[in-house]
Amino acid sequence: MNGGAKKKIVKKIKVNIDKCTGCRACEMACAAFHATPKYSSINPARARIRVFIDERSDLYLPLRAANYTPAECSGRQAYIINEKVYSPCIFCGASCPSRDYFKEPDSDLPLKCDMCEEEPPLSEPMCVQACTFDALTYEETEEEGEMAKEKLEELKTGLESLANKYGLQKLTDAVARRAMSPKG
Amino acid sequence: MRYAETGFNLEIDLSRGSIERVETDPQLTELHLGGQGTADRILWDRVPPEVEPFSPDNILIFSAGLLDATPVPGANRTIVNTFSSQTNLHAHSLLGGYFGAELKHAGYDKIVIRGQSPDLVYLWINNDKVEIRDARHLRGKGCQETAEHLKRDLKGDKVQVAAIGPAGENRVNMASIDHSHSSASRGVGSIMGSKRLKAIAVRGTKDIHIARPEELFEICQSMRKEISDNPYVGDWMATDEDDSFHHNNFAWGNARVRRRNFWSKELEERWRVLKQTYMTRQTSCYNCPKVCHNVISSPGRPTFSYKCFGKDTYHMAAFQELDFSYDILGVSQEYGLDSYSTPQVIAFALELHEAGILTDQDFPGMPSEVRGRFFYLLEKIVHREGIGDILANGVSEAARLIGKGAEVYDHNTVKKFEQLPIKLGKLNPPYFLMLATGEKMTITQIEGAFPQDPLPNMEQREEFVKGWTAVPDEKFKKYFLEWNKREEISNEASCAICDWNEAMHYLDDATGICGFLSSFRGGQFGGRSAYHIHNMPPLISLATGMKLDEAGLWKIFQRNRNLVRALNVRRGMRRIDEKPPEDHWAVRDHEFEQKLLDDYYEFKGWNNDGIPTRETLDKLGLDYVSEDFIRRGILTDNEDAFSKEIPRGKEKSGA
Repeated sequence: MNGGAKKKIVKKIKVNIDKCTGCRACEMACAAFHATPKYSSINPARARIRVFIDERSDLYLPLRAANYTPAECSGRQAYIINEKVYSPCIFCGASCPSRDYFKEPDSDLPLKCDMCEEEPPLSEPMCVQACTFDALTYEETEEEGEMAKEKLEELKTGLESLANKYGLQKLTDAVARRAMSPKG
Repeated sequence: MRYAETGFNLEIDLSRGSIERVETDPQLTELHLGGQGTADRILWDRVPPEVEPFSPDNILIFSAGLLDATPVPGANRTIVNTFSSQTNLHAHSLLGGYFGAELKHAGYDKIVIRGQSPDLVYLWINNDKVEIRDARHLRGKGCQETAEHLKRDLKGDKVQVAAIGPAGENRVNMASIDHSHSSASRGVGSIMGSKRLKAIAVRGTKDIHIARPEELFEICQSMRKEISDNPYVGDWMATDEDDSFHHNNFAWGNARVRRRNFWSKELEERWRVLKQTYMTRQTSCYNCPKVCHNVISSPGRPTFSYKCFGKDTYHMAAFQELDFSYDILGVSQEYGLDSYSTPQVIAFALELHEAGILTDQDFPGMPSEVRGRFFYLLEKIVHREGIGDILANGVSEAARLIGKGAEVYDHNTVKKFEQLPIKLGKLNPPYFLMLATGEKMTITQIEGAFPQDPLPNMEQREEFVKGWTAVPDEKFKKYFLEWNKREEISNEASCAICDWNEAMHYLDDATGICGFLSSFRGGQFGGRSAYHIHNMPPLISLATGMKLDEAGLWKIFQRNRNLVRALNVRRGMRRIDEKPPEDHWAVRDHEFEQKLLDDYYEFKGWNNDGIPTRETLDKLGLDYVSEDFIRRGILTDNEDAFSKEIPRGKEKSGA
């Protein structure tokens, strides 16, 4: 394993909340792109991007689905920006028990944004392509990073969440069984 | 599987408290598309002409357009239909925003509401779970306030709410149904109020399926960019600071005075600064790349967004400036009052006061300055207090109730409905036909495909027709090229123009496509509408799987158009009702106008009294209408076509 420093590509969707008009084309297009077969169904409830809208308080906030979390936050804080009050949840992309965002409506399984990376990857994510107001723009930057270390971090996080879900003992048993199986 | 539509309607009886999910007949989609088309079929089948608008037997229908919730950009209209308590005729109204798409994702194309609840209720539609819930705690609350309450109670910013304010609860004829930054006006709010239905809240998380998904999606992605770049579509009132057109040409007060030199650069700059100061954002409707809503937060007033000329109606009725509209619009919209008809009713009342027909005793405690008077009358009307109880019926009925010569001041209505305050010099023949025969009660819901006026020289006309792809037939280019003076255009051209204008609105109201991208923003503003008779059929086919060409789509328009006429004829509407306001143009020629109307009726396949003939109806598959007409004596059995012998202005039969 090569532990040396490597360049990695960071994909970024920039969100300009002043430019969002609340049309929700990003939701529609995301859901269509991720349908199987592609585009076969339209359903913003399956989108991995959601526009939080509060008309009276003038809050318009497109939000990308991030990781699943099994529990809601223990406490909250409120952000006051330009005299508008924002709950932290509207900046948080977690698929979380506190709200119905980012869950498959049929199964409740968490949804997560994949930056439309499946083969062949799109030149820019579908939500960005659907946004005619430049509220969503796409940017790729190169950053120094240790790929190998990051992968290990990912593995660790994955194992932790499995342990959370099934218990450490079950997980250890499963790993042991797997290690003993002829396929290795 | 049904494509583009859900194939189910929600049937609610508020008297019995029953809720049913009913599968719809796919053949009706092929005949009428959806939206208003299929809603009118329900009104025909279930609401006999004897039913009074406020009767529990009247039906209120919310329809999502056929293309709502598909990728088609700007297809998001909810069409609201019923019989209006103001006109006693068919009511046509539209909501933008998100409601239509959400309804379809909940699994329904329509909500069909009949009966009358014993007390105030709201409807909560959460996919398959539908409940009629107590709404007594919402009594008297504003439209947005109600929406906010329900969103909080139902825990979701994605819950979409359509609500009436106190105006609707009190059955004010100018009451609207409001959702997001949209209002459904022209007679639907009072019917919702009469059913004691305060609001409908809907949340849907189901799929909408598309017949040929990949193709439709790709076309729509590029259309979205084209529409975004197209300066000729959308609401120019939301973006253009130069509004000299309305202020210099439309009439102020009770549709009386034109101020030809009102507009100035100084005023424009001042109003631009005002807008900049109070506008918090420009917003869009669902899946639309245009920004037509300017959201205004005036100090101490509820936030609002104006609708096109609705920006000007209050201050022009009151001879004030834009700051007055900014002051009163948030308040009146929270009350759930239509911003087109309400200011006219108030200006009418103040004119009667000035004329001494109404006296100080009719207005106890009314302030002396005009702004205060508008707010005062707004309150009286919304709560139906004192003179407000009479004014709440609208100008026509109020004039009749007041009497003492008040009828003369009712000078700007057609079919008992307040018209835009337009007073012009010479007759515009296609506009004569549109104003006379339109059944959507306002010119904005019929005009648009063809230019309002000729262009001054041939070079400009040739330039205009060059890229005019929307024309259904090359003859329209010829009409335009040959059009020199507004009042000089052949009857043949006027008939065809009126018909085409109307066609585009009827198709929009069936598909849910917004008029600002289509019917309203055709030839009259640049001739580069995003949707037209050529690109609608392939879009509908890709979405629904239906085989449809231009001829087929045109026939659907004719079928839907004739069904509306039939609904109104059955309720008593006749030729005698089809006249623009007497003072709409200064120069009138009765004989010419009546000949034009004759020709138009013939063009439409209607008899001399404006009633569709049996041949017309049967050709469109509306046999059940012609049979009903014969049974009722509206048509005679042996009549087959247009007959010249019938004297105009008289009822043909049954008399």
